[in-house]
Amino acid sequence: MPEARRAGRPLSPHLQIYRLPITAIVSILTRITGNGLIVGVVLVVWWLLAAATGPGYFALADGVLRSWLGDLVLAASAWALWYHLLAGLRHMWFDAGHGLDLATAERLGIGCLVGAFVLTGLTIVLV
Amino acid sequence: MAFLTDRKRAGGQGSARAGTAHHIFMQLSGAGLALGLPVFVFVFGRALGGTHEEVLATFANPFVAILSALVLVATMAHFRKGAQMMFEDYARGGARHALIAATTILSHVITATGLFALARMAL
Repeated sequence: MPEARRAGRPLSPHLQIYRLPITAIVSILTRITGNGLIVGVVLVVWWLLAAATGPGYFALADGVLRSWLGDLVLAASAWALWYHLLAGLRHMWFDAGHGLDLATAERLGIGCLVGAFVLTGLTIVLV
Repeated sequence: MAFLTDRKRAGGQGSARAGTAHHIFMQLSGAGLALGLPVFVFVFGRALGGTHEEVLATFANPFVAILSALVLVATMAHFRKGAQMMFEDYARGGARHALIAATTILSHVITATGLFALARMAL
């Protein structure tokens, strides 16, 4: 029976000291943004329903969406939307068999994060 | 008339018997949304901040109404299947069933509510 190997490092994943690689961060953020966007969707559909219902109800929904909290949620939703969109395109690029080497995958991941901030900035400026 | 062996028939279908259909649906709806959603964000962002009359006028435009309805339906179908995937990964047993059922109901309710609002403003 061979000797137990004694390595000078932890042999099992130590989650508290494990630094997630950029590809893992990009991956889990895609799921978080995609599912989190339901908050923004509910707000927008509620606003549409209120607009279709009448001026009184619209004033309430419009007031909520244009409050500082509404602005914050909508801005976060915009970031989540652009991020999720870019990450989805990255996924399609992978599915087509491209960009699967580590350096490219990491660069595309960083591109998604940076791109989401750029597009969110553009959205806030343009609309 | 079983020309395929049992082994061959089962291959590639997975436990849900649906093969890669779920994934392909997500990629196709995602591609459509990548085209439609940016336009909707622009339209919605422009409409938000206007008076009630201006908002009604925006969504009375046929192009805006059709685009919004398409984006809404595709978004909620994409969300429903995406959230289902999340619950399949993280929840088990009865909780998984309950969460997926709740997600499905929520998705359809939001779709119906949004379509009602859009139709009322457009017609």
